[in-house]
Amino acid sequence: MLLFIAAPIVSVVLQSLHTPHGAVLVEAETCTPLSGCILETTIDQEATRELREAEPLGRLVGFDIYLDRGHLAFAEVAEAWRQSDDLGEFWTSLMNLPFYRAMAFTLTFTFIVTPLMVILGLVIAFAVNSLHRHLKGLVIFFSLLPFTVTPLIGSLILFWMIDSRGILGDALVYLVGDPSFSLKASTGLMWVSLIVYGIWHAAPFAFVVFYAGLQTLPMEQIEAARIDGATRWQQVRYVVVPHLMPLVTFVALIQLMDNFRVFEPIVGFNAEAHATSLSWIIFNDLGGETRQFSAAATSSVLTIIGVTILLSPVLVRTWRDFRDKK
Amino acid sequence: MASGVNRQPFGLRLLTYGFIVVWLIAAAFPFLWTFWGSFKVELDFFSIADWTNAIFGRRTEMTYGTPFTMAGYEGAWVQGEFWRSVINTGIVCFFVVCSSLTIGTLGGYALSRSGYRYTFWLLIIALIFRAMPPITLVSGYMLPFFEWNVWGILPTTIIVLVAINQPFTLWMLHSFFQNIPKELDESARVDGCTQFQAFRHVIVPVMWPGVITTGLFSFLLAYNDFAVTSMLLNEENRTMIPAIAAFLGSTYNEGQIMFAVAAVVSATAPLFFLVMFFQRQIVAGLTQGAVKG
Amino acid sequence: MFLKKLALIGAVSLLASSAAFACEIGARVSIVGNEFPAIQTVGANAQECSGAEVTTNLTADHQKINVPGMQGNPAEYTSAIIANSSIVALMNEDVIQPLDDLVAKHGQHLKKNQLITIGGKVMAVAFMANAQHLVYRADVLEQIGVEPPKTYEDMLAAAKMIREKGIKQNPVGGAYKAGWNLAQEFNNMFLGYGGSHFKAGSAEPNVNSEAGANALNMMKALSEYMNPDFLTHDSNATNAEYRAGNVALMNMWGSRAATLVTVDGVPEEVRNGYAIAGPMTVGGGSTPASTLWWDGWTVAKNVSDAEAEATFIAMTHAIRPEMLNAETSPLAVWLIDGYEPTDAAQGVFAAANAGTIPYPMLPYQGLLHTALGGELTDFMQGKESAEQALSDVEAAYIAAAKEKGYL
Repeated sequence: MLLFIAAPIVSVVLQSLHTPHGAVLVEAETCTPLSGCILETTIDQEATRELREAEPLGRLVGFDIYLDRGHLAFAEVAEAWRQSDDLGEFWTSLMNLPFYRAMAFTLTFTFIVTPLMVILGLVIAFAVNSLHRHLKGLVIFFSLLPFTVTPLIGSLILFWMIDSRGILGDALVYLVGDPSFSLKASTGLMWVSLIVYGIWHAAPFAFVVFYAGLQTLPMEQIEAARIDGATRWQQVRYVVVPHLMPLVTFVALIQLMDNFRVFEPIVGFNAEAHATSLSWIIFNDLGGETRQFSAAATSSVLTIIGVTILLSPVLVRTWRDFRDKK
Repeated sequence: MASGVNRQPFGLRLLTYGFIVVWLIAAAFPFLWTFWGSFKVELDFFSIADWTNAIFGRRTEMTYGTPFTMAGYEGAWVQGEFWRSVINTGIVCFFVVCSSLTIGTLGGYALSRSGYRYTFWLLIIALIFRAMPPITLVSGYMLPFFEWNVWGILPTTIIVLVAINQPFTLWMLHSFFQNIPKELDESARVDGCTQFQAFRHVIVPVMWPGVITTGLFSFLLAYNDFAVTSMLLNEENRTMIPAIAAFLGSTYNEGQIMFAVAAVVSATAPLFFLVMFFQRQIVAGLTQGAVKG
Repeated sequence: MFLKKLALIGAVSLLASSAAFACEIGARVSIVGNEFPAIQTVGANAQECSGAEVTTNLTADHQKINVPGMQGNPAEYTSAIIANSSIVALMNEDVIQPLDDLVAKHGQHLKKNQLITIGGKVMAVAFMANAQHLVYRADVLEQIGVEPPKTYEDMLAAAKMIREKGIKQNPVGGAYKAGWNLAQEFNNMFLGYGGSHFKAGSAEPNVNSEAGANALNMMKALSEYMNPDFLTHDSNATNAEYRAGNVALMNMWGSRAATLVTVDGVPEEVRNGYAIAGPMTVGGGSTPASTLWWDGWTVAKNVSDAEAEATFIAMTHAIRPEMLNAETSPLAVWLIDGYEPTDAAQGVFAAANAGTIPYPMLPYQGLLHTALGGELTDFMQGKESAEQALSDVEAAYIAAAKEKGYL
């Protein structure tokens, strides 16, 4: 774990503080098929190599990349603040910056999906647990499907179904009564689709964890509570839920983290025009013809910091539990 | 089980069944749709002209004379040699699950029973490791792996997947072990067992639901991984998901989408048996579970 | 399907090679490249060589693999198959070697125009060409009584007529998916309006100009006649719309022309009405609003001389004139000596003859492409003005170019 994760983290942090050397550019004649020769700029490798060998890590730029337009963009934010007459205008300019635009979606997604999927998972677990023994296997299998099928394909299929000519999209068009209605053409509706997909995809995870937790329920306590005249709701409230609490914490922890790094649904739903996330920005930086390693490293560090901030309440809670137990 | 001890009133029962039915439809419908569509041609499956084509297979009938065709399956398994990827996935999953569970069980147990402050920080560090986006990790691995000549082979991918998965396994098993009352192994130790014996004789019999659930997730992670496998495996060692992605095509070339759909259906089949099998294990784990132990 | 084709190609060319052409190499050859059928053919041909092992790794992710795979010493891959956009990454990292000596020694079969020379040195050998051009429905245009459009203005007029006559609601198709595709369409239009991406001789961006605004406005006008989900349609989705008969006019890759209507289940009228033509011009300009592309192979720098020579021999063998036959010819617009253009290739040749500009091989072009792909979506959705979108593009590009050391 140290070798494969700790070492890369150190190197990513280092990389986020450095940028490649300035390239020495020269004009050179370039000839290509079918179109002949033109004068085009290219990199003078000899000259650039010397620079690179002198400082293999690149130029040390400190926090420059953290502050550039692609990331925290303090200068642009300050500028927008000065130029805007009211908050609405400021918000519009802020949403024009990639980092803040990504954060707006990511945080909305995280804070809607996480609680809803925990609740849905709990309800499914209770329901399945009360089923007849013979039915359970089948129901568990079908319940797991959204989680088991790779997001790559799962989102492709759903993406097709919600197309205005797919089966779900067609049903929606019929319900709305507007033939030009399309989920994919509107930012708001695209967000809703992604959030519904997020809950649908992750609920089985919560369900299985809670279901397994329900198998270790302290029966004596329930029995005792029942004899004491506790209603069904009270049994759940005072015995079952406290018993599942560590698991709820765990699921919330993992899901906060995963939802903050939301990525596959955005690609699967082709939603780049409407919703982006930090992970998507990293993907975009690394996916172009010229890969921006320093920008990607910076976004990665920002992701880790974001996750840490997000998880701090849960972590503090875990810390208290831990201390109390001692 | 709860139903046996604690009979549900009729209204609640109805509500439960109603909810289960609604949830099952939501969960399973897209896949039943996919299953049905996998026997069609692409223009029916993605029926742009009229969605009912996906049900009746009009274009498929036009091409093959019947509304059902095995062309997608034949393409994926025979021409696309999907079986190679199935074998590779099998190998990767087996080793990832075994290693993650061994490390996770021992580590999770030790951490859950240790009162030292550093255990908390170990868990936190594990968590922060997990916060790292895998795509950054993988792009950082590429150069060293090429230099050490270990790129493209299955063992490298297995080790990377175990490393990425370990924080999760550790946390999950840690939570489960915390759920098992400490009194259990304390009483065993009072009876004269060493810590290891206590683990072996008291904890192992009751830990199965947690271990199996964790194993299931480790399995799914290895089974469904795309970010790592697509970047670290060469063409002949590809697992199923990158193989399916290759069927989908890119800007430059037309994919074989129906191969991909057939492959997805094929890839879901083993999961069916897996879940059916382990569902019994979970219930079996219950009968010998902590309550009676 | 392409794998079946591949098996056939393998069998056919095996016969051919054993009869006529031997390929003997003395050191390992290892090839990385994209996975479309034409490249699969080239890879399979290279594997005919005997004397040492030839391995291939053909995958859609080749761009992420080839640079690290060639940076080690010795390099894992002795050859990378690339296009004019992706050779830049290899040049920037200095991982490929000049081929002049090898061309002189073993390159008798190569045509002069296959050699990609940069600063007087041969850096790659091209074997196929590509360009986006018009694809239309002859039957629909006949119905409204217009000629195939030569300009985007004509295309708009034709689209308007098709919609007004109630033939098709969204007659125009375009790969306008946010990201790479959208940026590529902008590049086409921008060059068509006579724009140039950078200020002469520098890495300063120059897209926030009249040509840029014109290009965006034209794209916006076209998008009015597209499916409302156009920002999610890549070239595959656009082709699917065409096949389903929803689209009558589109700008599409030449490499797709051969297979566009041959897949299972394409309706009769689409199959019969299918027609292609050269790329269109825009805004009264004479340069087509399109770009010219080539695919070719390179030889890694960090390999021994023996390996470099073996790679050159194997790759030259893979694209020798004898490899062209009924099976392989339609797979691409080959630049190989003796290639007879098929019907599907006429669009690309028309593009070349009309003086289409090649996609620029500038070290920083990729950064601008990424910036365009990310920042133009707000304009296409009507959320901001063309000027604002273009100034966002320049700001995003400048941040990236500063980081990479070009500015």
